[in-house]
Parts: sequence; structure tokens; C-alpha cells
Amino acid sequence: MAIEPRKALEILAQNRGQRILITTMASVGMWPELSNTPLDFAYMPSAMGHGPGLGLGLALAHPERGVIVINGDGSMLMNLGSLVTLANHSANVYLVIMDNGLYEVTGGQVTAGTGHTDFAGLALSAGIKRVYRFDEEENWRAGAAEALSGPGPVVIWLRIRGRLGQKTPTPPRPMAEQIERLRQALA
Amino acid sequence: MLDGPAVVTALKECGITHVVWIPDSEIGTWEPALVGEGSLSLIRVCREGEAITVAAGLLLGAKRPIVMIQCTGLFEAGDALRNVVHDLKLPLFLIIGLRSYYAHQEGKGRDTCPIYAEPILKAWQIRHSLFDRRNTSRDLVTAYLEAQAEKRAGAILLAE
Repeated sequence: MAIEPRKALEILAQNRGQRILITTMASVGMWPELSNTPLDFAYMPSAMGHGPGLGLGLALAHPERGVIVINGDGSMLMNLGSLVTLANHSANVYLVIMDNGLYEVTGGQVTAGTGHTDFAGLALSAGIKRVYRFDEEENWRAGAAEALSGPGPVVIWLRIRGRLGQKTPTPPRPMAEQIERLRQALA
Repeated sequence: MLDGPAVVTALKECGITHVVWIPDSEIGTWEPALVGEGSLSLIRVCREGEAITVAAGLLLGAKRPIVMIQCTGLFEAGDALRNVVHDLKLPLFLIIGLRSYYAHQEGKGRDTCPIYAEPILKAWQIRHSLFDRRNTSRDLVTAYLEAQAEKRAGAILLAE
């Protein structure tokens, strides 16, 4: 049974520590109900697929802090090379792939990878050593602390339930305000 | 004329911390000098749009990156460029290799890169300078520092 997306994020929130956390696409709408700190960065408006790059840059700038990036499977498919880039840098990036097999914010169309793409296998083949896969809520709850601790890069593949009828989410605050909050928190 | 040592000297003067790049045949000759400079981190990425967003993360983290790519990669990276410069409003700075510029000037080449590179930058409203063999590292420093002083994005098109 795939994980209910809100539950998946609740478990993530309980284990994120003091890391920067970047949300993209559908997670932008859900995350503010779980956390509202200057270290929460809603990457919207975004360049779809580029959350991992943004996270890597932040992690290189603040290696002690660590950066969690929540990416959808659709976003991941747009930039699979980012797995290779992550593998090439000893940076504390924790890439959480929320895989529902859908382009959720555009109405629930299936992706090119739905049902056959193994994101854990792709991450391992890219050279990332620490890769986790969780298909059920209890397994994710039990394994989240380990997956989100220790050195990065880490890839965490979560199989989650798709939701239909979702609209494009709205970020909790304007981008300029988000950037200012984040910078002040990191100063 | 920009070569590796001259570029490194300029980057150090500008306070650059990271070079995020996918080199072309001209920019690639700078690699030994870039790798050999301990104050610079050379960040290798897989796609040019990724170079731009890695640089954006570094800028958010108060570092001073510069992106080095070829114009073909600029064409690919439009959405990342749009997002970082116009949504996030970050002072991104790029050096972009302009493939086949000299051949085009001499009427010899069929490469369409020289036709489209500058109009693409204009379309994205990125202020830029065309550097040819007469430009020096001093010009690079000036272009970068002007853009930073004005808190805006900027680019150098490097004639090749």
C-alpha cells in the first residue's frame, strides 16, 4: 500500500532536524501545514526539475547545515542527470522523491516512467551510495531517522498515493520574502 | 585574450568562490588553472540549466559563483535562466562560449549559434558584453563588478 502523501510529509517533518527544506510542486501546498520556519523554502515559482540543483548549491554553501529537497517523480524525470551531479559531490543533500506516478498539479496525467522506473536503481547507478526505498507508511516511519541522518548525498524514494483534482499550489509567501528569511536564518 | 591563468586572476579579484561549469573547447582550456587555484571550487554538473540552479543555491547561501557554459547550453537552459534571474531575482553571472563566432564573421561557417545567442540573451533581458581576442581579464573584472554593484544578472559572450 503506497503512503498517503500528507503522512509521508508528517514523518519527514518529524525527522528533518535543523536542515533547510526545499519543497517543489505539490509539496509546496502541503508543507506549510506542517512547518513554518525560515529554513522552509517553497521553490515556487520554479524551473521544474531543478530543485536538486538549488539544494546542492545551498548545501555547498552551508555544508554543516544539510538540505532536504522534496521532488516529485515528474520533476525527477526532467533532470535525471542531477543524480549524477549529486553523486559527484560530498554534500549533505537529502533528495526525497515523492513518486505517485502522476503529474499531479496538471490534472493527474501519468508520466513516462509510471509503473516501470526504478528511482532507487537510477540513484545507485548514478553513484549515490545511500539510497532508500519506502513503499509503506510504517516502513517510512521506522526508517526515516536513519535515512535522514549521516552524510549525504542521500536519495529516499517514497511510493505515495496519487491525488486527483489538485490545483497548482500557492507558495506561503512571496519569493523575495522567502529569500530574505532564509538568508537571515543562515547568516 | 583570456587564458586560464588570466581568468583565475580575474575571478580571484572578483571574490568568486565557485565556478559551476560544463566547458566547451575554449573554456575547457582553463581547467588546469581553475583546478589549480585553491580558493576556487570547480563544480561539474550534467546540464546547463542545472549549472544555473546550482549557482542560484550558492547565491542564496551568500557565496559568489560564476557559471561557464557554451551557448548551446544557454539555449537549453532558458527556463532555469528565466526562473533564477526574473523570479528569484538573483545576480547570476555567466561566461558563455559563442561557438563559431569568428567563422561566422568571415562568412565561412554554417553554425547557427552566432545568429541566435545574442538575441536569446536580449530576449531574457540579460545585459551582456561580447568579448573577442582584444578583451582582457581587466574587462572581465569590470563586467562582473558592475553587474554585482547593480545587483543584476550579467553575462559575457566569449567569441570563439
